[in-house]
Amino acid sequence: MAILECKDLVLAYDGVTVAEDISFEVGEGDYLCIVGENGSGKSTLMKAILGLLRPVSGEIILGEGLQRREIGYLPQQTDIQRDFPASVQEVVLSGTLARGGFRLFYSAEDKKQAMENMRLLGIDGIAGSCYNELSGGQQQRVLLARALCATRKLLLLDEPVSGLDPVVTAELYDLLRTLNREQGIAIIMISHDLSAIAGAATHVLHLHHRVEFFGTKDAYSSSAAAQAFLGRDKQ
Amino acid sequence: MTLQEIFQNPYITQVVVKALVVGILVALCASLLGVSLVLKRLSMIGDGLSHVGFGALAVATVLELGDYSLEISIPIVVAAAFLLIKIGESKRLKGDAAIALFSTGAVAVGSLIYNYSGSRNTDICNSLFGSASIITLDDKDLILSIVLSVAVLLFFVLCYNRIFAITFDEAFSRAAGIRAELFKLMIAVLTAITIVLGMKMLGAIMISAIIIFPALSAMRVCRSFRSVVICSAVLSVTCFVIGFFAACRLSYQTGATVACVDLVAFMLFALAGVFINSSKGKALLASAKKLAQPRKN
Repeated sequence: MAILECKDLVLAYDGVTVAEDISFEVGEGDYLCIVGENGSGKSTLMKAILGLLRPVSGEIILGEGLQRREIGYLPQQTDIQRDFPASVQEVVLSGTLARGGFRLFYSAEDKKQAMENMRLLGIDGIAGSCYNELSGGQQQRVLLARALCATRKLLLLDEPVSGLDPVVTAELYDLLRTLNREQGIAIIMISHDLSAIAGAATHVLHLHHRVEFFGTKDAYSSSAAAQAFLGRDKQ
Repeated sequence: MTLQEIFQNPYITQVVVKALVVGILVALCASLLGVSLVLKRLSMIGDGLSHVGFGALAVATVLELGDYSLEISIPIVVAAAFLLIKIGESKRLKGDAAIALFSTGAVAVGSLIYNYSGSRNTDICNSLFGSASIITLDDKDLILSIVLSVAVLLFFVLCYNRIFAITFDEAFSRAAGIRAELFKLMIAVLTAITIVLGMKMLGAIMISAIIIFPALSAMRVCRSFRSVVICSAVLSVTCFVIGFFAACRLSYQTGATVACVDLVAFMLFALAGVFINSSKGKALLASAKKLAQPRKN
């Protein structure tokens, strides 16, 4: 049973159609990499999945009792965050707000969950540190812990390794593989280059205003879409 | 007027206490909202709205509805807050340009209205920089001010976690099902209300100082959102009380005096921030922490 299914989506941004005929599904425990050049409609698709943008037509169906707000989202970092005074714990805890319901303060359960996720990502030792004094890799771990507080089933990552050096990038991919395999969390990762697929992806969606390819990673590497994409990279 | 004189005359005491209560509440609201505004890069909204407040006050004065200046100004400034937030979201007119347009436009129109009505220059000066004499707040204004500032405080405390989430990361908050637009609008509207409440005493232009300065000062030294909020609130109230009594004592304009105290506090905090961030300061703090911990045997 798929936890996310997109059927014949047509997406527009500011009245301009940016992607059409988009159909794919994500099963439990899948690791889907969405690749495509800048401007190919990846971000628009992501906004639609998160419910921040209404599709022109088509359907997005969530399965397995997944609520839209329970998609653990790791957005790209913004300028505001660079000099924002916030402790690691404050940032991670804010992820539990996605569970909905009005609570005045964080419950003991929220705090426990935040602590568990920080431990899982190896940042429990820096819970009291200031977010903006951390390295890029540590900051991504904090945001990942926050996303985990929001979800138990599906993570959606937007270019999570941009700005990270190769060593830290490899560490983050390892971490995502662990979360995917050991915690059984499905992952959708958006990337503008193919190196992301080299990670632990099981499926690939190649987007260029429409679906160029959707299938398993193994099938992708021999596909025409991948050859064209790689060829462009080599030029 | 010495402090002794203030507290020996029961009438003056009553006036001072009223002004002090309203001022402290406004300073508290302003500093809390200020944290969110400064961090979200919306400081200029506070500034823009206070200029609009000047225009609104001018309208109230000319219509000889001085007694109802709060009731007239609040809807005007709240409407301006709505417009500024909406314009900020549209792509055609950039937010900062819109604010510049509003500020200068409102001040220009306000000054003309004062000129037209033949007001004295001191009236204009007072409404810009705060009254030099302690204003006689009537009981109606006092109650309205207390009710509205308590409402602002309640909103902030009850929605604290959501305000943090939206201020830190709007994209994530929206994905998590928090209605970020609504909260942003609420913050702008509450800022508008706070500005109007403090405007008579502190002056239209100076009120943006008490919104922005305490948050900026707290950010120099604090390392978490909660500590910034608390520090900013305490600092704002302290600076207001010092500035208020200094202004009474010296017969200076209240708004400008409070703003100057805030400015001095900012400089002190900035210095402290430089010290804390320097390697020497870090080493010192670390050793102080070690000393504070109980020794293991």
